[in-house]
Amino acid sequence: MLGRLTIDAIPLYSWVAMGGAAVTVGGGLAVFLLITYLRAWKVLWTDWLTSVDHKKIGIMYVVLALVMLVRGFVDALMMRAQQAIALNSEGYLPPEHFEQIFSSHGTIMIFFVAMPFLTGLINIIVPQQIGARDVAFPFLNSVSLWMTAAGAGLVLISLAVGKFSTAGWTGYPPYSGIDYNPGVGVDYWLWALIVSGVGSTASGINFIVTIVKNRCPGMTYMRMPMFTWTTLCISILIAFAFPALTVVAAQLALDRTLGFHFFTNGDGGNMMLFANLLWIWGHPEVYILILPAFGIFSEVVATFSRKRLFGYTSLVYATACIAILSFTVWLHHFFTMGSSANVNAVFGIATMIIAVPTGVKIFDWMFTMYRGRIEFHPSMVFTIGFMVTFVIGGVTGVLLALPPADYLMHNSTFLVAHFHNMLIPGALFGYFAGLNYWFPKAFGFKLDAKWGIRSFWFWIIGFYLAFMPLYVLGFMGMSRRMEHYADPNWQPYLIVAALGAVCVLCGIVCIAIQLYVSAKNWGSARDVTGDPWNGRTLEWATASPPAPYNFAVLPEVRDIDAFHEMKLGGVAYLPPGRYEDIVMPKSSGLGPILGALSFVLGFAMVWYIWWLAAVAFVLALVCVGIRASDDNTDFVLPAAEVAKIEAERLGQVTEADMHDMRDFQPIGPASGAPLAGRV
Amino acid sequence: MNTAHSFPLVVKRLPIIFVLALTLLLQGCGLSDAPVLFPKGPIALAERDLLFTAFLLMMIVAIPAIVLTLFFVWRYRSGSDKAAYTPDWEGSWKIETVVWFVPAAIIIVLGTLVWQATHKLDPYKELASDKPVFNVQAIALDWKWLFLYPELGVASVNELAFPADRPLSIEITSDTVMNSLMIPALGGQIYAMAGMRSELNLLADEPGVFMGRNTMFSGDGFADQHFKARALSEEDFTSWKDKVLAETAKLDAETYLELHKQSVANPVTYYSSFENDLFKLILRKYAPIVGPYESKAAELICRGAA
Repeated sequence: MLGRLTIDAIPLYSWVAMGGAAVTVGGGLAVFLLITYLRAWKVLWTDWLTSVDHKKIGIMYVVLALVMLVRGFVDALMMRAQQAIALNSEGYLPPEHFEQIFSSHGTIMIFFVAMPFLTGLINIIVPQQIGARDVAFPFLNSVSLWMTAAGAGLVLISLAVGKFSTAGWTGYPPYSGIDYNPGVGVDYWLWALIVSGVGSTASGINFIVTIVKNRCPGMTYMRMPMFTWTTLCISILIAFAFPALTVVAAQLALDRTLGFHFFTNGDGGNMMLFANLLWIWGHPEVYILILPAFGIFSEVVATFSRKRLFGYTSLVYATACIAILSFTVWLHHFFTMGSSANVNAVFGIATMIIAVPTGVKIFDWMFTMYRGRIEFHPSMVFTIGFMVTFVIGGVTGVLLALPPADYLMHNSTFLVAHFHNMLIPGALFGYFAGLNYWFPKAFGFKLDAKWGIRSFWFWIIGFYLAFMPLYVLGFMGMSRRMEHYADPNWQPYLIVAALGAVCVLCGIVCIAIQLYVSAKNWGSARDVTGDPWNGRTLEWATASPPAPYNFAVLPEVRDIDAFHEMKLGGVAYLPPGRYEDIVMPKSSGLGPILGALSFVLGFAMVWYIWWLAAVAFVLALVCVGIRASDDNTDFVLPAAEVAKIEAERLGQVTEADMHDMRDFQPIGPASGAPLAGRV
Repeated sequence: MNTAHSFPLVVKRLPIIFVLALTLLLQGCGLSDAPVLFPKGPIALAERDLLFTAFLLMMIVAIPAIVLTLFFVWRYRSGSDKAAYTPDWEGSWKIETVVWFVPAAIIIVLGTLVWQATHKLDPYKELASDKPVFNVQAIALDWKWLFLYPELGVASVNELAFPADRPLSIEITSDTVMNSLMIPALGGQIYAMAGMRSELNLLADEPGVFMGRNTMFSGDGFADQHFKARALSEEDFTSWKDKVLAETAKLDAETYLELHKQSVANPVTYYSSFENDLFKLILRKYAPIVGPYESKAAELICRGAA
């Protein structure tokens, strides 16, 4: 009846595991009680969970990412603590538990922090940047969110019911095969990936169509803001790369549950096939995480340098180059698998070529700051921290791209330091910059800058403390994923790394305080104009928070910095002549229901509860059928209603709130008119 | 004392002072025996030098990038009225040319370097030497390394001994999950995969004891899956051989099945002989072929039981 789910699934075997389960269950219970206490269930359901509004979906994605960030970071802290004390001793974690922790850390940070964070920011901002009223497929957007949440739910529940995978976030077979890993851990990992992977693929397709079809008049491709460009590129990457992940996960699931032999040691299986398929997804994935952050940096650096973005065309081409090249380098993740020198050399060179467009981007941001007027807003500070730190990660990345050097450094803590050096400054700092930059757009009030700057300093100092020692340990021959070790020379470095993790913890606490303080003082930090930073792109033309339809009248774009140009022309806040009825998508409970069903399906597959899996699958099909035959999914917001909302908004904006555009007067002898030949 | 004389003396001694200071610093940090920085064989040395050369080459771009970023941040901070301000400046062909082509030129240089180095340091390439190659077969097990010495007819667990002056050629496979064999002081690593044979060619400068290990996470005993690689002088190697040959333990099929069981931190063990063609049989265990087994031992090893 319950497959292999028995009472043994509850982690009574270790106090650490029990603690994790207690915190997870307790946390869930606390949220449940809080919502009940606030009598907020109805509001939550009708206004949020069932919403298909891209801005609300985006906010929910970001909330998911921040919650999972805490969970993934606790894993990191536990690993650092273990390695700091485990010289010639078992530390406080047995190997089996340590393995679950590094596996869940990687899985959570990639799939359930970085992915939802960037998808959330894209959801909130991109439709506004292109002057659209919504994404192309609002309901699909909701389904994507809830499938991602279902995947995250599977990882979370593995703490309390059963165990998580011990095979690392990449889950290489044959170790992750049923022969060597018979428990439920790898299955949790697989089903979390499959379920959330479907959500991500759908998101990617949604944003390709949105950007291609929903741009407002005048918004040509070469006038799209950089964040929209990077979103378009990564959406294409998602659409092409994620199917590879879904397929490879499904193959491993077939190996494990039905006795197939795709990746087993014997019977014709081949684990090298897994490595290839995984990294055909995995390398583009790196750029899926980093490129949106590059887009954010581009927006932030122009806004807070009070200058046009330098080399827009160059940045667009560099982005596209990176996106295309990202599919040509996957083999560098396994130079040590024994490919011929020709193959290794070709992939090594291809990898290094990516450094060129990436370097160009750094220089373009640098020259955006050149002869600017830089304001040290938290988002700008994160951007500067990124530019300096990311260069170091780029250098170590090129080192690893040299196959003979990779033979030395592969699987070492040097590798661990390298990819954290790419993903923390390169992706996470970008998302934090985006959070500080676009928070007022989503909520209507600014985040506290003081705590933002503090969080930055803790993060960057913590980053250097935590990962520079790991570079050194790589030279000393330390492999990654070691539960204990015997070399006393390593310990001082691991202790420093642990201190770095504590420093990062302070950074996370600062973000929590920042959110709390800002929410408490929201009245004094309100954003009346919808344009708190004197922004340049269209998302600042809407109200903060935007009306459900974003734009009462679709804007006409004549420049890359569309809104900046409108403000210079003095037309930014003029009411239009007349309003029209606006067709809006209706909320739908089917999104969260489909998410819940896919969670049940995944859970049932993990525990071999076949009947439940079948029921969940059939019900999901029924839901899709219901939606497909529903012709009544839109409603009309009458022009009068729109006029009322707009009048109320424009009535609040006074001359004093608006930015003085005379600040944009050139200074100094070298200042001149825009370059000839560019319109 | 003549100042004109003492000045060049200090300059002359600068490199020595620098090296001394660096050595002290590295020793203070416990880095003086970091195997990757101070390798003990020509392969590892060539790999390290490639690492250093590439690092220095990239500094041509990396240092200006970091320094200019920080300088611009300081120079063009808001509130500084001395600096020029060009809010509408959106590009410059000169700058764009430099930022595309200088990194591209460096990558062309690096690319040439990669092509040559990857071929020169191909782990499969047999090393040129006037001494004959010393062949060893390595088998990854849970969680230990088994080494077979075809030349001597002996086997050892968690210890690899070889004559220091001969090139070492290791054939590698796995009788468990994916592993990766590495002796950092001597050179890079290569994966060990069941049913497949990979190869690593290494050379030690002089006799010494080096740490070797599996670097690919393989399960609960992974942290303890390391071994001592002993490059021995001719004399020491002969006595090592005699010691192992004097062992009574023999690695026949049954003993191998016993050894194949999972164990953590296996002690160093010697066997004075091993089953005929053991390496091939372990490869065959995972080959997609059916048919009669050529011997009882083959059946034992391939099927795990008689």
